[in-house]
Amino acid sequence: MDDGRTLMEQGPEPSTINLQPSAVWKALAAVPDPEIPVVSITDMGMVRDVTVDGGGRVQVTFTPTFSGCPALHVIRESIEQAVRALGVQDVEVRSTLTPPWTTDWINEDARERLRQYGIAPPAPAGEEQLIQLDAEPTRCPRCSSLNVRMTASFGPTLCKRMYVCDSCKEPFEGFKSV
Amino acid sequence: MTAATEALSTAQTQALIRRLTALADDEIILAHRGGEWTGHAPILEEDIALANIAQDELGHATLYLGLRTDLDGSDPDRLAFFRGADEYTNTRFVELPRGDWAFTMLRQFLYDTFEALWLEAATRSSYAPLAAVAAKAVREEKFHVQHTALWAERLALGTEESRRRTQTALNELWPHAAQLFQLVEGEAELVEAGLLPDLGAVHARWHDLVTRHLTGKCGLTLPQAGAESAPRTVHTEHLAPLLAEMQRVAREHPNAEVW
Repeated sequence: MDDGRTLMEQGPEPSTINLQPSAVWKALAAVPDPEIPVVSITDMGMVRDVTVDGGGRVQVTFTPTFSGCPALHVIRESIEQAVRALGVQDVEVRSTLTPPWTTDWINEDARERLRQYGIAPPAPAGEEQLIQLDAEPTRCPRCSSLNVRMTASFGPTLCKRMYVCDSCKEPFEGFKSV
Repeated sequence: MTAATEALSTAQTQALIRRLTALADDEIILAHRGGEWTGHAPILEEDIALANIAQDELGHATLYLGLRTDLDGSDPDRLAFFRGADEYTNTRFVELPRGDWAFTMLRQFLYDTFEALWLEAATRSSYAPLAAVAAKAVREEKFHVQHTALWAERLALGTEESRRRTQTALNELWPHAAQLFQLVEGEAELVEAGLLPDLGAVHARWHDLVTRHLTGKCGLTLPQAGAESAPRTVHTEHLAPLLAEMQRVAREHPNAEVW
């Protein structure tokens, strides 16, 4: 039964390193989001848990951003490779939907990098009404103006929308708040 | 199997499988109809929007079929690509040809509203795996509703021609939409047990919301047509050609690992 686990084959020698979860977190912090390479999967809040058991077996739990995101298998493989590069032979990558991923988990530092990259970071998602026809206010990532227009409610990836800034006249992408 | 699935009776498990499959089948078929606009939508942005929406709906189908896998070990890919029209349990509503832009947007609006309300109710399911899936999917679905509600308004209040086409689409779709709210076999017991949303209550909320939008805001007239009562296993002649196209690559290369 596929519960999303990927077991690595056993290497020639048992692992002798004494691995701390913090080392795994550090390695995962270097794994870029495949669609937005200026932020890592930990910046995005996608990595939920890392455990290392007595035998050096590593389990990483991550949460998918969008359910139809085509980059999910790439992310899964990247996690596996990053942990393996630490000399770990036994890695399990699990996915969880609980609690559901929210853009509120994107850290402050990553928001600034998104802005510099030209993508407006998401407004707080909070507990808004289900049926809401007005989009959240968005600032132009170049000139910080709020005088912007949404030109397309769906962008080149599932997580983004398209805008034009009426102050500096630049088109830009904005992260949806989910 | 999780602890939650062990608590289900055989009859409950079978009914849950029927509901999850019905949801997934509607998503897969509607996603295909949306995908047919790729390269044909009136403007580039809408081409991209429908591709996004279709991708989200396929993501939701994956979630529903993943829940089914937990119950019976079935393979989602085989269910999607190796079942014929007589085995698919989607509504006629989603299999009708894509029609014009007004038909496409009206159908998507009526469906998205149903899905958003159903998912919102399903977040309170006592079946924890379903509640988790619903909490995930409802966050995505709200973007579809926002988008298609605006299109319904834009078309209905646009030109005389766009209004005529929108009203025609509504007249054609309305009786078929009722099929979305039919219970599958054994579903009532699952509603009673708190595992599934009460479709009757979802229907009432849906009717209220779409009526206020379509008649109040858009100035359209609801047709007087009665409910379409065809079971989910009875299809129009449009499903088989859709599946033939959708399943062609998978069936020609059944052992391919990478497409």
